[in-house]
Parts: sequence; structure tokens; C-alpha cells
Amino acid sequence: MGGRGRGRGRGKPMSFDIESLGFQNKKELPKSKEEPPPLYPPLEFKPVSLQEGEEADYLLALKQEFRGSMRESPYFIKPQSTKRDIERYSDKYQLNGQNKGQGLGWTPNWNTFPKELRIREKKPKRLKVSVKPSLSVTKVKAKGQKSDSKEAENKLKQILQTEEDGDDDEDEDEEEKKKKEAEGEEEEEEEFYDDEDIEEGTDYALSYFDNGEDYLDADDDALEDGPVY
Amino acid sequence: MAKGLQVGTGSSTVAYENLGRRRKQFVYVPVLRLNSMAQSQVRLGGLLLQHQYGEIVENVGAFLAAKGSFTLKDIAEGTKLGMNEVKKALCVLIQHNMMDFERNRRGILEYTIHINKVLFVTRYPRYIYCAKTLYGDVGEFLVEELLSHGQMLMSQVCRRVSERITQALEGQSVDELKVRKTFVELVETHFLQRVAAPPSDSADKEDEETELQIKEKEMFLIPPAMDIDYGKVNPTVSSSGKRKREDGEEGDKVAKRPRSTSPLSDEKNEDAPDKGVYWHINFTRFHQFFRDQAVLSALNSKIDRYACEIVRTMLRVSEKTTVPLAPTTHPMSSHEIFQSLPPELDLNRQTLGEYLTLLAEDKTEIVNKAGESGGGMYILNMQKALETLCKASIESVVQERFGSKCSRIFRLLLMKRHLEQKQVEDMAMIPAKEAKELLYKLFSENFVTMQEIPKTPDHAPSRTFYLFGINMHQVSRMLLDRCYKAMGNLISRREHENTENRRLVEKSQRVDAISASLQSSGADTTQMSEVEEMITPPERQQLNKLKHDINKLEQSELQLDETIFLLESYLPGSEAMVLY
Repeated sequence: MGGRGRGRGRGKPMSFDIESLGFQNKKELPKSKEEPPPLYPPLEFKPVSLQEGEEADYLLALKQEFRGSMRESPYFIKPQSTKRDIERYSDKYQLNGQNKGQGLGWTPNWNTFPKELRIREKKPKRLKVSVKPSLSVTKVKAKGQKSDSKEAENKLKQILQTEEDGDDDEDEDEEEKKKKEAEGEEEEEEEFYDDEDIEEGTDYALSYFDNGEDYLDADDDALEDGPVY
Repeated sequence: MAKGLQVGTGSSTVAYENLGRRRKQFVYVPVLRLNSMAQSQVRLGGLLLQHQYGEIVENVGAFLAAKGSFTLKDIAEGTKLGMNEVKKALCVLIQHNMMDFERNRRGILEYTIHINKVLFVTRYPRYIYCAKTLYGDVGEFLVEELLSHGQMLMSQVCRRVSERITQALEGQSVDELKVRKTFVELVETHFLQRVAAPPSDSADKEDEETELQIKEKEMFLIPPAMDIDYGKVNPTVSSSGKRKREDGEEGDKVAKRPRSTSPLSDEKNEDAPDKGVYWHINFTRFHQFFRDQAVLSALNSKIDRYACEIVRTMLRVSEKTTVPLAPTTHPMSSHEIFQSLPPELDLNRQTLGEYLTLLAEDKTEIVNKAGESGGGMYILNMQKALETLCKASIESVVQERFGSKCSRIFRLLLMKRHLEQKQVEDMAMIPAKEAKELLYKLFSENFVTMQEIPKTPDHAPSRTFYLFGINMHQVSRMLLDRCYKAMGNLISRREHENTENRRLVEKSQRVDAISASLQSSGADTTQMSEVEEMITPPERQQLNKLKHDINKLEQSELQLDETIFLLESYLPGSEAMVLY
């Protein structure tokens, strides 16, 4: 709609010719809108009613059921429960939610899935390597028990070997992870070791303690038998 | 620093912005700018993901849909979610066939979401119902299981379905072989297909995950271990008692439908005989079926059921010779059609010939006569059929929204293609002023386009033709955009209704739970009525109204989806009808 040279010169020049549209004078033109369109445009005629019938009802039932079952399925990823306002001492002993959300809940076909999406399950390490014993010290002290110390030494060496092998694998894994993932991952792992220490360290039954915080938000169980809207 | 280069690529523009990285390296990454249709698709997709898979998946999905393909790290940064959560979300999306991944130039995997596949979620009930009509309850359960899990092994899905049926029938056990037979039938008619897998002979492990391919002939091949021939198979029916069963039945309308959504990892699929061969739904085939159904029912109501049966036969005949979803079929002779007609129709050759002529001369051009050999060669033009259906839909939209006079003008323009304003007035037999008003209303709502044709070089308005016409593609696209928005609105409205009444709904659920437990422990009527009275009559009324409203909203969604499907199938490039 090129309109540069065409205005009649009267009043506000417009890019189209009013007369050819059928309007005699400018006042009959509908007003131009100067605001965004309304949120609900006016509905002039009432819409036609929905289809009824057995098929429609069955489809509706299917839909609602499907939706309900998908909510319960492991594919529905619930956001991790929000942290409480203050860190409590008892949090370390809670078994309920700390590590539950870690795993995927179902097994994908890893042949066709990218390997980097594997979430490393945090298995407790069987042997924790802290400090390599310094054998030179024992040698100096126990002169008379040289043979014994040698046996002990060999045994220790064997144990260390197996630990190191396990270590090496995990070191490699960690290096790979460093390349690909955020640093937060490693911090989580280190934290996990602390947790593990503590978990092993107590003599008390860990499931004994209940701080009563579940009372207010355990509505999930009540929802099982009811209808889903 | 370059602010933004804009590169237009058809329906969306790509702008290059720089993203500052941690170590102050400036990297240019393409960023998508979405047009209106894509925006409404993304919004709708986000809502669907949220209700189906939770907010985390929605965050990841919406991020990828709006911004393009990204690596794992970038997604975690962009969505501000934890790495584990992002990984889980990506796994879910891949499992449900909504996501692809490939290596970028730097060798890192980039993930892309296909929003059109997310939008199929609105159609799930229709797929399930279709399977029910074609293959009975077994087919229905098979499709339902596959839809809820995305991809499964044949052995897994058959086992789950046979257990479900056994439960539903309360004791009478169902032969798993029967379930397998139905599965095979579904595969043979291409409703199910195999998932692409890495080629078995790939030596390079690095590229395994990106070399997913599926050979044409393998797509529908049942692995030999799952052969339904009795002699060859060792039945692997196992009574897995350790699997937890989900007995939650939502909605009392359908009684016998226990659903088991226990995680797949619980099952013993390490020793499944068909390990590694995963199946998923072939949506395209369902879409083709829906399309055919729509065309046939239109013919049924327009002409009569004989015409409908004849065209159905033509479709069947053409299946062997034509690529699926081709716009027109291969020519087929009248003799062929006659031979393939179902005997109960009892048509003789002459009547068939008359019907074919009638169809060929019909202005919808669904059937075309291509030659005289073999008693007359006929072609089915499905593209034209879809166009006719779309036109009818849009006509009815115009009628319901603007009135029947507008609809008359619309139909006139469809028929005559280009008309001047004066001609519209005359032909539509509507008084001039009213015709002008209606025409311009249609024009302002973009149902009608205008073309200027100057008579003189100076484009003087009094000496220019202004021709009004209808561009079907443009109108369909506009309507489809509106439909996506409407669907999104329906879903958010439903969500709103739920949140508004959440307290009441929870209360009623608690009451139901209490009364159910009372009932099972054998309480008397006074206790039961006490429990019932915990919900006051106005609350009960409110609950009923809520239920009624939500049902209405959901039904609207289902029926809106029919229009969406029609428009999507008609428009080229909309990927409802793409061969996967």
C-alpha cells in the first residue's frame, strides 16, 4: 500500500483514498485504536454447545485417568522438597528424603541414551582411603619383629592395591566429570562422605527419631483414593 | 560489539547475541526469536509438560523450545536448576520421544526439543480410543501402556497388559500369546514402530549414541524371540509378585481399569528375550488414520454411505502402491476397485461407475479421473480432501463468530476467488452498507486479504482495482495460532479452577478416605452419615460445580484438538504428517 504521493492535502493525509472505500467524509471512518486489544474480545454470539455422547464421555474419562496416572508415575519429577528455615541437627539423621530424590526411578535404555545423562548413584564406598600408613616408622620401631612387620607390610600393600584400583577408577570418573559437569557435583560428593561418616558413627537406630515435621504436610497419602480433577 | 544481527529464516528469525562466559571469552551463540505461532506453541507445550511431567521438565522443555539447542551445561545454567534435575528431565523427554540430541562442532552433545511432538499429548486419549475401536480392549491397553512409558520392550508391554487384563477380569487369566498377537497386528499395520538404535556393528563407541538409525525394513520387524508361532517361543510369563501395583482408580466412570505405573526398573528385563528392541507409537500412522476417517465421514454425510465405502476401498487399494501421506494416490482402475469392494455392499459395475463419475465431477475434486484404460483410472487427492474439510471448518468458524451473512460473503469469496467490493455486494445480495461493514470486519480479522491492482501507473485510488480474496494457507495459519492460544487458555483456566478450590478438594478427598476406611472396617450407617455431613451442602454444591466446570473445560480441549488436527494436517510443513 504505497501512499506517499496521494493525499488530497486536506487535514491529515492518509495512505489510502477515503472516497474509494465508500465513505463520503472523514468523520464516518471508524476510530483508530490507541490501546492494546482487550484481554477478552467481545463475544457477539454464544458459542455452539459441545458434542455429547458416549464417545465424548469415554474420551473424557480416558483423558482424566491418563493424567492422574501420569502424576503418579516415576516420570513425573517432583521438585525437591524445600529446605526448612533453619538447619537442624536432626536433618542429618533423617532417612526420609535426603537421598531419595537422587535416582531416576526408572531405567532408560542406556544404549540409546547419552551416557552423560547418567546420574551417578552414590554407593557407599567400601574402603575409605584416608592416610597411607608410613611403613618406615614401623620398621624403625619393631626391629625384633621384622618378619611380622614384613607380613603385615605385604598384607597392607595388597589392601592398598585394591583400594588404589578402586580409587583410580573413581579418580578417572571424577576427572571426566570435572570436564563435563559443574563443580557443584563434586562438592556434593564430598558432602556425602561426611554424611556417611556420621551415619556410620552413631549407635542409635536412625529411624527412631521423628521430629514431627511431617505432620503438617503429609497430605499425599490422603489423595490416593480420591478422584482427580 | 555487535548488538544483534538478524537473519530471517522463514518462520522464525535467528539473532546472534554474545553470551559472556565465565572466563570472559565472548562466544556467539544463535538465539531463536519466535514468531506468534511458535510462541503459542511453546506456551501450550510448556503447560502440557507441566501437567504431565512436572515443573522441572517444563522448565527444561520451555527453555529449549524458546531458545534452541543447548548442551547439558548450558541448560543447567540457563534454567538455574540443579544438574541432577536437568539430567532427569532430559531423560524423561528422550524417553517420551520428544527430544533429540547430536554432537555439535565441538563434540559436545546438544539437545533439541521438538515442540510439535510435545503437542501430541493433547491427542493421547484419541489414540487410545482409536486403538480400542480397531483392536479391542487389548489394543487399547497396549497403546495406553506405550503412551505412558514412551518406549518399551515388546515382552515388557505384553506382560503388563496381560496382567492388567487378568486383574480386570478378576481371575480369568489371559493368554499372553493373545496379547502378543494383537501387538504384532499393531506392528503390521504400522501403528507401532521400533525405536532407532545404534547399529550393532559400530566399532567406535564414542559415536554410538549419535549414530542412532533405523533401517527402513527393520522398522516393523518383530524380533525372532517374540514370534507368536507357538512352537518357537518359550513363554516368558512370570508371576512377578514383587512389583508394587498402583490401584488408584481415578474417576468412577470406568470401573475395571487398574493402572500400574511401577518403575520399569523393577522388572526383570535384563533377561528379556528381545533385549534392546524398543517400540514406540507411530504417531504418523494414527494421524493418517484420523485423516482418512475424517474424509470418509464427510463423504458419508455429503453423498451417501456407498460413496464412503467406495472411497474406503480406493484407500485400501492404494495402500499397496502409494507412499503413505502422499498428496495424491497412484491411479487405480475401476476394475480393481470393483474387485476389492466388500461383498456386502452389493454394487454392480454400472452403479460403481456412476458413483465414480459423481465423485469425479464433485467440485471438491477429491476423486479425479485420470484416464480411460481399465474402465476408467481414478486418483484420490487427499490434499484436496483436507482442503475441503478445512474450508468447511473455517466457514463454520466465520459463521459462529460473525454471523451467517459474513459466512455467505466468505463462501462467495472462496468460490469466486477474487472479487471487488461492489461485486461482493451484488453477488451476496446484501445491502451495500452492511456488506461493506461485514467485508471490512472480515478483513480486519485477517480472514480476507486484499490485493491492489492499479490501472494507471500513478496508482490513483479511483483507478485501482481492490480485489478481495481468501488465502487458505494464511487463514489456516492464523486460526491454528488462535487454537493453540485457546488450548493454552483452557488448560490454564482449568489449573486456576483447581488452585482456587484446592482447600475444598483436599477436604473432600480426606472425607472420602475416611469414609472408605470406615466402610472397609465395617462401620454402621450413623458413623457413615456423620462423615458425609462433614461436607456441608453449599460445599457439596461448590464441588459439583467445580467438577462440572472442569469436565466442560476438558471436553472443550478434546474437541478443540480435532480442529487443531485438521488445520495441522492441511498446512504444509506443520509436521503432523511427517514420516518419522
